[in-house]
Amino acid sequence: MNPILKAIDVRKSYGSFEALKGIDLEINRGEVLCLIGPSGSGKSTFLRCINQLEIINGGALWINGELVGYRRVGQKLYELSEREIARQRLATGMVFQRFNLFPHKTALQNVIEGPAQVLKVERRQAEAAGRELLDRVGLAQKCDAYPIELSGGQQQRVAIARALAMKPALMLFDEPTSALDPELVGEVLAVMRDLARSGMTMVVVTHELGFAREVANRVLFMDHGLVVESGPPEQILGSPTHARTREFISAVLS
Amino acid sequence: MLLEVGEQLVKADQRGHADDLSQFEHVRRKHIGRYFAAAVVLVMALWIIRAFAHGQIEWSVSWQYLTARTVLFGLGNTVLLAVLAMLLGIVLGVIVAIMRFSASPIINWAALAYVWLFRGVPSLLQLLLWFNLALVFPTIGIPGLFEWRTVDLMTPFFAALLGLGINQGAYTSEVVRAGLLSVEDGQYEAASAIGMHRLQALRRIILPQAMRVILPPIGNEFIGMVKWTSLASVIQFSEVMYASESIYYVNNRVIELLFVAAFWYLIVVTVLSFLQGRLERYFARGAGRASQSR
Repeated sequence: MNPILKAIDVRKSYGSFEALKGIDLEINRGEVLCLIGPSGSGKSTFLRCINQLEIINGGALWINGELVGYRRVGQKLYELSEREIARQRLATGMVFQRFNLFPHKTALQNVIEGPAQVLKVERRQAEAAGRELLDRVGLAQKCDAYPIELSGGQQQRVAIARALAMKPALMLFDEPTSALDPELVGEVLAVMRDLARSGMTMVVVTHELGFAREVANRVLFMDHGLVVESGPPEQILGSPTHARTREFISAVLS
Repeated sequence: MLLEVGEQLVKADQRGHADDLSQFEHVRRKHIGRYFAAAVVLVMALWIIRAFAHGQIEWSVSWQYLTARTVLFGLGNTVLLAVLAMLLGIVLGVIVAIMRFSASPIINWAALAYVWLFRGVPSLLQLLLWFNLALVFPTIGIPGLFEWRTVDLMTPFFAALLGLGINQGAYTSEVVRAGLLSVEDGQYEAASAIGMHRLQALRRIILPQAMRVILPPIGNEFIGMVKWTSLASVIQFSEVMYASESIYYVNNRVIELLFVAAFWYLIVVTVLSFLQGRLERYFARGAGRASQSR
């Protein structure tokens, strides 16, 4: 089976600062991958490169076998148009650290905005699907609430529903619980756990090692723009081979 | 201090001497200063009203001309010109504001140059320039297809519309730009992440949020525009100011007719302020403070 995501030597720099120094990675369908590492290690940058919020400077990414951001014609790579990039983004759903819900729209309107405007799904159908999704994240009662009327955990669950509404093949989570009060983290992780069980392919940037241990198929430790080591969670979190990984894990757990 | 009082009460209570404060009558503070200030304001208001009532103004003349045909026709023209010029200004303003965010330096500079030029030249002068456009472009059109003489095309109304609207666009673009800047980057990213392209994101996500910031100054500018239309009187456009002037040139009742014009300007502005309030409430949905005051 072809990998859903394939990265070869992905590089990204901002001026002289190299955020990613060559990432190689393959993710298979149904896999849950947790990216861990100290802040500034490049894990969020890599996630943002996958859905082209950042444009990579070197290497290549494929999603479902399709080259990301470029079209290959002969020996040349042609940059895609804005509309083509928007279309490619449909393969991925993104959940942000700061939720980024649309504040002028209710929870339901947030969820159906993409299906109605981008996928041109008929309004009533989009609404029914939207209600179902909000029910799935436990917010059936909050359809008509504006984001400001919701707690952080509820907002993040709406954001997850909004991403799922586009029926992505791959879900990207950028530190989804880092902006939450500690008592609200659990409800978001529970939704993500259910999502993983349902077979969704997920890439999760997180500091929640407990979640990684329980849900991830594979954990990837990044530092200074490179993958230091990767493997099953028991191995990376339990008996890491690199000193840098050990330091990080003991620092997070202490 | 409050704490000390509290402690004393507690001590008093412990000694068993405290009165039951919950039974006491509450006496409000007397705001003597406020009564005094109110009295001053009232006296001044009465004095001003009396001065105007007894001044050398024949109010009956004002009253008589308030609904004169010429004046009402002028009022209609004022409203029409203000609304159309503002619409032109807003359309131009939005386009130019978006151009300012373009990655292309040429488009960026063009937008900057437009703002620089039309904000830098007095409106009155711009009006006169548009009115005399024929000096530069004797004819307008596509050669061979159609062609008009500019003098026929540049009616006072059209010259005023272009002059005021294009001038307004320069100001409005800055207002819109401020509004666009007020929306967080995360909103652009979230819109992109659900597959929207730039225009879609602007129209559906960014502009509706920017409106909250844009509306109060735009309302301000609209009210300004109503009064700027009086400039069109210098190129003989018969708006309400020109109408009053043309009457007092004949009957010499200058002040009386200026009050007629002032009255109508105030009415138009009052209606606009009301509409602005309604619009602001609509665009405040989902935004903290305003949605609570619904």
